[in-house]
This record gives sequence, C-alpha cells and structure tokens, in this order.
Amino acid sequence: MALVEEIDNKQDRVSVKATSWMSDHPMVALLLRRGGIGIVTLVIVSIIVFAATEVLPGNAAYAVLGHTATPARLHAMEVQLHLNRSLVAQYWSWFSGMLTGHLGTSLANGQGVWQQVEPRLINSGVLVLLSGIIGVFLGMLLGAIAALRRDGWFDHVSSVILLGITSLPEFVVAIAMIILFATVVTHLFPAVSIIPPGTYAWSAPKLLVLPVLTLVIVIIPYIMRMTRGAMVEALESEYVQLARLEGIKSWKIVIVHALPNAIAPTIQVIGLTVLYLAGGIVIVEDIFNFPGVGQGLVSAVANRDIPVIQFMVFILAALYVIVNILTDVVALLATPRRRLVH
Amino acid sequence: MTIMEGANRLEVRDLQVRLVGRPGDVVDQISFSVRAGEIFGLVGESGSGKTTLALALLGYTRRGLKITRGSIYLDGKDILALDAAGLREVRGSKIAYVPQDPSASLNPALRIGHQIRELLSAHPEVTDNVEGRMVEVLREVNLDPDSGILRRFPHQLSGGQQQRVALAMAFACRSSVIVLDEPTTGLDVTTQRHVLETVKTLCAAYGVAAIYVSHDLAVVGGLVSHVGVMYAGRLVEVGQTEGVFASPMHPYSQGLLGAIPSPDRAEVLWGIPGQPPRPGSRPVGCSFAARCPEAIELCLREDPLPIEIGERQVRCIRVTDRKSFSVRVRNSRAQIIPSSEPPLLEVRALSTAYGQTKVLHGVDLNVPNESCTAIVGESGSGKTTLARCVVGLHGSFDGSILFDGDEMNKSARRRNSSQLQRIQYVFQNPYTSLNPRKTISQILSQPLEHFMRLTSSDRAERISRVLDEVSLGSAVGRRFPDELSGGERQRVAIARAIIVEPRLLVCDEVTSALDVSVQAVIVELLRRLQKERQLSMLFITHNLALVRSIAQNVVVVSHGRVVEAGTVQDVLERPQDPYTIRLMQDIPKLNSVASALPQSSS
Repeated sequence: MALVEEIDNKQDRVSVKATSWMSDHPMVALLLRRGGIGIVTLVIVSIIVFAATEVLPGNAAYAVLGHTATPARLHAMEVQLHLNRSLVAQYWSWFSGMLTGHLGTSLANGQGVWQQVEPRLINSGVLVLLSGIIGVFLGMLLGAIAALRRDGWFDHVSSVILLGITSLPEFVVAIAMIILFATVVTHLFPAVSIIPPGTYAWSAPKLLVLPVLTLVIVIIPYIMRMTRGAMVEALESEYVQLARLEGIKSWKIVIVHALPNAIAPTIQVIGLTVLYLAGGIVIVEDIFNFPGVGQGLVSAVANRDIPVIQFMVFILAALYVIVNILTDVVALLATPRRRLVH
Repeated sequence: MTIMEGANRLEVRDLQVRLVGRPGDVVDQISFSVRAGEIFGLVGESGSGKTTLALALLGYTRRGLKITRGSIYLDGKDILALDAAGLREVRGSKIAYVPQDPSASLNPALRIGHQIRELLSAHPEVTDNVEGRMVEVLREVNLDPDSGILRRFPHQLSGGQQQRVALAMAFACRSSVIVLDEPTTGLDVTTQRHVLETVKTLCAAYGVAAIYVSHDLAVVGGLVSHVGVMYAGRLVEVGQTEGVFASPMHPYSQGLLGAIPSPDRAEVLWGIPGQPPRPGSRPVGCSFAARCPEAIELCLREDPLPIEIGERQVRCIRVTDRKSFSVRVRNSRAQIIPSSEPPLLEVRALSTAYGQTKVLHGVDLNVPNESCTAIVGESGSGKTTLARCVVGLHGSFDGSILFDGDEMNKSARRRNSSQLQRIQYVFQNPYTSLNPRKTISQILSQPLEHFMRLTSSDRAERISRVLDEVSLGSAVGRRFPDELSGGERQRVAIARAIIVEPRLLVCDEVTSALDVSVQAVIVELLRRLQKERQLSMLFITHNLALVRSIAQNVVVVSHGRVVEAGTVQDVLERPQDPYTIRLMQDIPKLNSVASALPQSSS
C-alpha cells in the first residue's frame, strides 16, 4: 500500500507552481527544471552511495576481506581501492571514472564491472519492459471495462480479486505461480530461470514466463484501480454528458472524450509502477534465480563487491530520475490546460 | 390535444422522472408545450428538479434516475418511444442542449474546432459542408472564425466565449428545440446581457422552440414569452410571462417575486421561510403547504391538480377562493440619512498585488459608525481582496487601515485580540466555511473560547441566545452542518461572527451561493441584526440590486480602482461613472414586469 501513498506525494510534487517566465513555455521550463533537479539528485545520490560504503566498519578493504585477512593483503586491497588517498580524491576518481566509462573491476572475480553488470542490465530490462507493457495494457483495459460497467458484476468481482492480490507480497504470488505452473499442479514452465552465461533472457522465452507473470499480477491492481477511477471521473463529467446530448456514438465518447482525460492521472501511476518494478525485481529474480540486476545486487552485497554495488545502485537511482521526468513530460503532453497558456 | 395542433414544436405530456431503487419522484406530472420561435422559461430554486427536467427533455437522465412515464413530442414524434440509436440521431440535431457551465462541459482535452466538427459529422444529414457551416455558426454567435478560435482549447477562452461556443454547437444543426440550462450563471452582467441578446436573436431567426431554465426570475422576465414555475418537481404555475409576473396566482410564485431585490427602490424583501422538501421525502398533499401563508387543512391532504384560469394553469386548490392576486406589497424602506458619525473603518490608499499582478490601486473607503457600506464589483475587480485586507488575511499591501481612529497592523496575526474580536468575517460559501466534523454548538463555541473568558454554562447560554437571534433555535446546536440547508448554514456563519459582539461585520458575497428566496431572508436578518446590535457592515456583492435593500453607502470597484462612491441613492439613481452606468443598464430587470408590480407604499 506504500505505493498508493507515493502516488499522492507525487501528484503534489508535480503541481509545483512555475514563475512567470516559465509559464510562457511550460514544456521547455519543465524539462529544464526537472532535468536540472535530476542532475543534482544524481550527484547527491552518488555522494550518498559513496559515503555509505565509506561508513562500513573498519574500512572497505577490511569489509571485503573479513577478519582473517593478513595485514599485507589488507594493504594491497587498500591500494587497489585507493583508500590511501583523501576522501574527496577517492570520491572524485570514482565519480569521474563512472562518467568516462572507467568503472573499475569487480572485487569478487576481477572482471570489469561493466562486463559483469551489462548482461544483468539487459536481462532485467527485458523483464521490466515485458511485465510493464503487458501489465499496463491489461490494467488499463480492465480498468476501463470496470469503469464502463460500473457497479456491474465485473466491477465488483474484479475489485474483490484485486484487493486480495494487493494484500499479498510478491514472493507469495511468485510461489503460487511456481506451485500452479511449475511443480505441484502442472509442469508447464520451469520453476527456475537459470539462463546460461553469455546468453540473454530472450534466447529462452519459456524461462521468462513465470517471472513476467508474477510481476504482471503484482502491478495490475494499481494500474487498474487508477484507470478505473480516472475513467469513472471522466465518464461522469459534464463534457461527456454534453457529448451524449449531442448524439455522439458511445465508443467515440469513451475513446475520444473520456480516455484522453483519464490518461494524465494514470500516467503517474504507470511511472511509479515502472519504478516499483525496478525495485520489485530483486525478490522475484532471487526466487526464480533470474540473472538480472536484482539478483546481481543481492549477490554483490553478499560478496561485499563494493565497485559493483556502487555502480548498480547508481544506475537504479538514475532510472528513478529519468522515469520521473518522463512521466511528468507525458502527463503534461496529455493535459492541454497545463501545456498551453492563453 | 393531438399532433394536429401542429404549431407546437415541443409538447411534453405527464412526464415523470423517478429515483432508481428508491421510492420518490424527482419531477412528476409535467405537461407543457412550446411553439416555434417561442422561448419558454422554466423557473425554480435549487432542488426544484429543473435541471432533471431539462435533461429529461432530451430523453436523458443522470445516474440513479429514470424516466418512468410520459411522452415528449418533438415535431409530433415521441422521442421517448425511440430506441438508443434513434435517440442518438435526434439529440444534437433535432433537440440541442446548452449547458450551465461551459468550462466544465467543453472537453478540456479537445480543440474547439474538433468539438464542433465532431458534432456536425455525427449528424451528416445536416450539411455536406461541415467547414462552411462551422464558420457560419461561429459568426452567428459573434465569434470570429478567423481568430484561430477553432485551434484553441476551451481553457484558452473566456467564460463568455466558451458559452458562445456552446451556443454555436446548439444552433449548428438547426435544431427544432433547444434547451438552455442556466447558460448565463457565472457570467458577469454585461457578458450575460450579450449572451441573452444572442440567444433571443438566434431563437427568432431559426424559429426554434427554446426552453430557458433559470433560477433568476429577472433574467427570464426580459427573455421569455411563457413561463413555468417549478416547485418540488411539479409545475405549480404556467402562463404568459407578463401575466404571471404581474399577478402571480400560486403562493410560491408570489413569494419568489417578492424576494427579488429591485435596483430602483429600497424595499423590505420578503423571503420564503422554510425549505423545499427533498426528492423522496415529499409530503402527501401540496408540497408547498408547509411554507405557504395561504394553506388550509385540506392542502395537507389533497394533491392539487392544475386548475385552468384563462390561459393560466395553477396547481393550487385555493386559487378559485382567493380574490386578488398580487405580489405581496413591499414596504419601502425609509431612506436612511448617512450618519454624521465619525467613520468606524477607514481604508486609505490601499494598493496590493498578487505577484506581478496589481489587484488594487490606491483604494479609499469609509464605513461610518452603525451603517452599512457596500462594495460592488464584477468578478476579478479586487473586491474580495479588499475585504481580506481589512480583516488581515491578506497582509502585504501599501496604505493603511484605521479602525476607530487607530491604525491596525496589516496582518491578522499581529493584531491584538480585541482588534480581531471587533472585526468579524462571514464567508461567501456556507457549504465550505463550516467544519463538517463539528456540531453547530462546537462551531459557535470556538470564537467564544478564543476571545472571551466564560464559564461553560455562560457559553452555552450565549450560544442558545445567538441561535435564537438568527432564528434557528437552540436545538440546532446539536446538529452537524451537513444536516442544514444552505440558508441555515449561512445563519450559523453569521451567528459565529456576531457571537463575539463585533463592531464591524465583513460580509463577502454572503448570498451568492443561496437561492433568491433565501437571499431575501438572510438580507433581512442582517438588517435586523445591524439595527439591534448597532453593527457596522462592509457588504461585498456583485449584485447592485441587492445593495439597494441593505446599504446606505456604496463603493463601486472596477479593475482594482474605486470608480464611484457615495450614498446608495445618489449612485444608483444618478450614476456618474460610465462603468456604473453600464452596470446599471446591464442588470436584468423584470422590465415590463417591474412597472406592473404594485408600487410600494411610502
């Protein structure tokens, strides 16, 4: 339910008042302002990520090697991690390295960080994109149907089922999927999605089915509920009433009159859903052993692989910032009242 | 009555709309007809069912309602007998609707051109040349089709332009019948007059039968040829406008007409006490009986049927017993000589701005002791901002405010408790100004706790006394605001202001959310309180006619400047400033009707 609270906060945040020069070009102004805030946010995030690895007990070398490490190995590690330099210098060499593509090497296996993270990024990207597209499409479709058949049997049944799903944590959904489709009830799909190294997720579509299905089930309730609410509001509006009184055909009223006005509020939820997916994949990937960013992050933390952790966390933060800007832009495009001034 | 009568473009017979799943009708036994070129006025207060009826004329009901009986003959064809597709063809092309609030009724996501084009394309039989017809009809409603208006979104137009677009859409398909549902509510008087003129011209030019729904009798008076007065879902009186306005036969019509303030004379307004019954809880017998000064015992038992008297139809069993029919004679008020007392409130050279926008430019203003000064202006004139400056809610301005000779701090936060106590504010909208979670007693007790040290029994006594003073009765104290009507809530708001014994009452459009019959009651209440308590008042309104009934002095504000100030008599009878003159001309008056009203005894 935390997602719902986040929706409220977000809508507050979006309606920030613009100053007069900005209101002449709301689009440009919004992009500039949000872009600027985004960059500042990323710099702050990078500092926090860096500082977090800094406050580990002892120092990073000790944290990596553990209490059995010999002083000589500790020293070698300190040099490798540049721990002998000042904090600012350490931060700068890490941050500038990231900007120029020098990400360093993994402490766990000596591979380059990028080599290690890149396939995981792609795998997770496929997972998020597929679940996102299917979930958003189904959620909006079902939400619109529920709004059109308001107080009908579909509306009632779907809202009860959705309420049930919302109250389940995603690992329960994942396990239910495994029981239903992979083990006890049927054996249609594999229970784990171990993708051979060097290949990508799409090379074995069957492995993707259960993780995607789990995520779709988890995100549909939010999108459906929001779409239903926005559609109900639009359908009850006076402009829809006037369209009916003008003899406009029903399907046209839904698609041309109601839907465009329901999109703006729904977009915000879609943005949040994508962000939720980016975090929600951690558990789902872990359960299905799916080699993505989430699972990578879990194992990097277990290995104290600091360069990998830092990079992955930074990438996820960047994703948050970018998706936030995108949702604002799309919502603005869908709302002439805010896009155009007199 | 058959279709053979021909000239009737619209004929409604015994129409009934009921609530779905609950007992009770919203409108019932509605019968009337409208000829080509004629405008029929449908008049009623909020809750009378007039919008439900207006929508039902197009075979449409809102959620939770259903047309359960009757027929609506449109050029001789019953549209209630049509299936969904047939109804869709008729709507928009044969019978069109002009909504109350065009800013909500035009789709915010679609351009104006799109919306008109879509309407014309939905009825291909109307014209082959959609673009040509669009240009034509925009010209007819005085919009310039070359001004780029078609590419605009609704929010980029002014309220008047939006209403013209809605009119253009209603006339675009050359409908036989047009239903206009309060199309000028929310427009300022000048825009309203222009829109009304356009409506009148087009109705005549197209030979349509129009139904004009309004709560404002003054607007209807100058526009329509026939009028139907609605009360509690029934037409209680139908007849020619002139006749009905000059000699209303139904007690409710009489009450309504007696409640309208006149800009020409200072008069005591007659409100109608009580409130209309809600749909679903309408009593046996006459719905108006509980509020009717003429009611007899039989009225409570017998549902009155319409009685024809000449061309008039009146739904009152007593109409044949009663001899004379006139609006209750209104006593003119003694013209109050402006007091020579020193001013209680002085505003000097007040200027303020919201951001870059200047709202007030050097406003000077006096409220003499124990008198009422009205501030009149249209929306956006800065009159509410002025009021907020006076009470200290808008703390950043230049100039000074003197109360009883002492300069007051600009912000309410820095005024001391006795200054705060002496100026009280009554807000415009009683539906939002009372905390819905508190009982009336709790609401009234709050300012007392803040300003006065009283024992709880003293507090309770004072609360019950003030509730009596505003004619609510102390039993109301246990109730919540939601249980009260708009007029009752506004009385609570007034009680909350006077309970701490202020010297100045600032009333910000306190009647604009209320029906005209309730407005009259509130105005008379304020008059009485002013006298009894030696109050001074700053009465803010957009309604010049109302000023006549309440204030001694008036200040006319336009675009943040005082354009004219003086005694009410001087300013209203001999306006000097062109703006005031225009305002006086644009007030809808019961024109022909006004002269027919019985002259008040002096």
